[in-house]
Amino acid sequence: MAKVLMINYEKCTGCRLCELICSVVHEGVSNPSRSRIKVMKWESEGLYIPMSCQQCEDAPCMNVCPVKAISRDEELGRIVVDYDVCIGCRSCVAVCPFGAMNFNAKDKQVFKCDLCDGDPQCVRFCEVKAIEYLEVDDMSIYKKRDAATRISVAGKEAVALQAAM
Amino acid sequence: MALNRKIAYIDLSTGKVEMKPIPLEVRKKFLGGRGLDAYLLYNHTEKGIDPLGPKNVLMVSAGILGGTLASASARTHIMAKSPLTELLGSSNMGGFFAPELRWAGFDHLVIKGKAEKPVYLWIHNGEIELRDASNIWGKTTTETQWAIREELGDEDIKSAVIGPAGENLVRYANVMTGIKDSAGRGGMGAVFGSKNLKAIAVRGTMDIKIAYPTDALEYNKRFINQIVSSKVNQTQGTLGTPFIWGATNSWGGIRTRNFQYNQCEYADDIEPERIDEICEETMGKYHMAGCFGCQVHCRAKYKIPSGPYAGKYDEGPEYTSQGAFGGEPDCKNAVTVLTGNHLVDQWGVDNLEIGSIISWAMELYELGILTNKDTDGLDLSFGNDEALLEMIRRIAFRDGWLGDTLAEGGIQASEKIGKDSFSYLIQVKGMSNLHSDERATPALALGIATGSRGSDHLRSRPAIDLYHLPEEILRKVYSNPVPYNGPLSSEHTSYVGKAWQVFWQELCYMGVDCLGICKYHTTFLGATLPNFEDWSKVLYYNTGLEMTPKEIWDVAERTYNIERLFNMREGLTRDDPKKGDTLNHRYFDEPCLRGAPDVIGAKIDRKKFNKMIDEYYEHHGWDENGVTLPETMKRLGLDKEPSHLV
Repeated sequence: MAKVLMINYEKCTGCRLCELICSVVHEGVSNPSRSRIKVMKWESEGLYIPMSCQQCEDAPCMNVCPVKAISRDEELGRIVVDYDVCIGCRSCVAVCPFGAMNFNAKDKQVFKCDLCDGDPQCVRFCEVKAIEYLEVDDMSIYKKRDAATRISVAGKEAVALQAAM
Repeated sequence: MALNRKIAYIDLSTGKVEMKPIPLEVRKKFLGGRGLDAYLLYNHTEKGIDPLGPKNVLMVSAGILGGTLASASARTHIMAKSPLTELLGSSNMGGFFAPELRWAGFDHLVIKGKAEKPVYLWIHNGEIELRDASNIWGKTTTETQWAIREELGDEDIKSAVIGPAGENLVRYANVMTGIKDSAGRGGMGAVFGSKNLKAIAVRGTMDIKIAYPTDALEYNKRFINQIVSSKVNQTQGTLGTPFIWGATNSWGGIRTRNFQYNQCEYADDIEPERIDEICEETMGKYHMAGCFGCQVHCRAKYKIPSGPYAGKYDEGPEYTSQGAFGGEPDCKNAVTVLTGNHLVDQWGVDNLEIGSIISWAMELYELGILTNKDTDGLDLSFGNDEALLEMIRRIAFRDGWLGDTLAEGGIQASEKIGKDSFSYLIQVKGMSNLHSDERATPALALGIATGSRGSDHLRSRPAIDLYHLPEEILRKVYSNPVPYNGPLSSEHTSYVGKAWQVFWQELCYMGVDCLGICKYHTTFLGATLPNFEDWSKVLYYNTGLEMTPKEIWDVAERTYNIERLFNMREGLTRDDPKKGDTLNHRYFDEPCLRGAPDVIGAKIDRKKFNKMIDEYYEHHGWDENGVTLPETMKRLGLDKEPSHLV
């Protein structure tokens, strides 16, 4: 089963190392505007949300492409662009609901996350595990555990409160 | 490549902007960041200029590794003649400004003259524009940043700005970026204000080419592993810098009631764990944030839980705020610390300096040197939280006689207040000491006494001296990249070998500041963290510049000496209580009254201290008055300064 990129924005410290790593891995340069992942920030609230391609099952970018340059790679569970076919019309950029399809003005090409061919480097460098690469079957188990922990803490507090009364 | 970033010379009086490449020869001599700033300052200013006049020159820079794979390449350096000390003004901040400056095409800005009306600089992909700032003048530091983004229509703009304190020329006003990143020390914000410069806004999408991407990535990974595996950085990443305050206070190294005690008692509410609790209650389980590319994430996010500013968001508080708004004024409420931290962030003033100066005023009030008449009826007693917060406001806005007087900085204020006020002022070269108490640690005392920007813990503090490391470990750290066969002592109360440790740390921190990385990523709080040897590789992989560890050491020594030359030119002499390499008399005369057995009763031995200074000068190649010897100048290639290479 293919893995997926799972972003837990609560854990993100907003350091943007993922942006730096992505642009160096793919382009050999430090330049966040050429990164496939971007941390969106609400600085006055301390809220940071990394945004990247969700590799949608029913991908709008794939559906809209007039020349069928975008396809699904089932083995790695990713959406890929065939640059030999791509005409650079940017329709995919326009329809992506996550803004995850980008356009590079220098090379005049669209670009998106390719999961680093199965070893995403942003995941490897993110020490706080705000970005993880997980089996699809497991992907919500952490959220379940977090939610359950909150419930169990609340439960224990309620018991303590009752005992104190 | 990573070395093609330019210097821009900006004359605010005429509006003229000139851009020049940085020759490789200059890079090899001064690298970048603080090192090249020091060279530019020495070369572009005249002796004896008014720090708040148009002839002062302001340097804003990124390190040579800014924005590259160097584990935390976020630091911005700001330099000018200091309006607080009238000597070297040199200040450093984290955040996201420096990488953005480099993506916009520049490494160094040299800002001269004075604008006729408030302006801000807009720096975007190789272009520099002066823009009208009349609409943002008067705004707080965050209001200013958000207003610039709105005006220019780009949420990714990073700005270095001043708040009301900088506009009001408070001599220790800071420059800020983001919520809490501050180039805090030495009044760089007042220099901005004196030039009518409200902000520098940057945004760039220009590539910084990495010389050897695969090697740089892998080395960065190794670097990160080394850094995050150290216990000290794991604690930083959980509790932030407040953990240092907690540990130091329980041992007896926190000055309280200005300088009366060395431990803040009954301080549970401002202990790091309590502050962490508030952060978690107000911001959730994951409440730590990081500077660009950094995996230490030492800054906490919080909302003020109660009081007149309840619900306001801020970051920190760093341990300097715990000292400045907790221990020193003997105010022991977390809400006060968090509120004080928020006010100085918003108004743009150095937390360390303002807290220290208010605590000094509190002691003067206790002694009757300052009276109710001077304070306009404010009860400036130690432990009066409301008075502390009110004084912050009065200083930032120069409100009332005392607010206006204290805004001038300790030495000038002491001259106005008169009587015996100066002898209670805990400062070196006119800059207030950190809230730490160094009477039981001669190495740390020497460090603050000799710091090139005045009293400071981030210029040379050999913090690992407190770990009682075996001598062979110390020797391993301190005899690289140059051999050292002299004595070293694992005992923190000893005076033996400490001069070498301070000298070594000075050059280590200078190296870090030239590269533009953070001190938590080197031999500061952890003995196993990277230094010269690793930097040589990181520099090569990222920029292609080949420098041996020894050559980087030489750059650090060269640039440290340029800072010394600047200070000597501006009147530093060895024993001058206001401008010298010395400490307030209380370090020598008053023993510590609280703390652990190794602290209680401790004070600095004047004779041994002077001997340490002698040794320290000798290591530097300076004469007994602290003047760089001709052979040292020659060895470092400084015999023709000022040489005007850039």
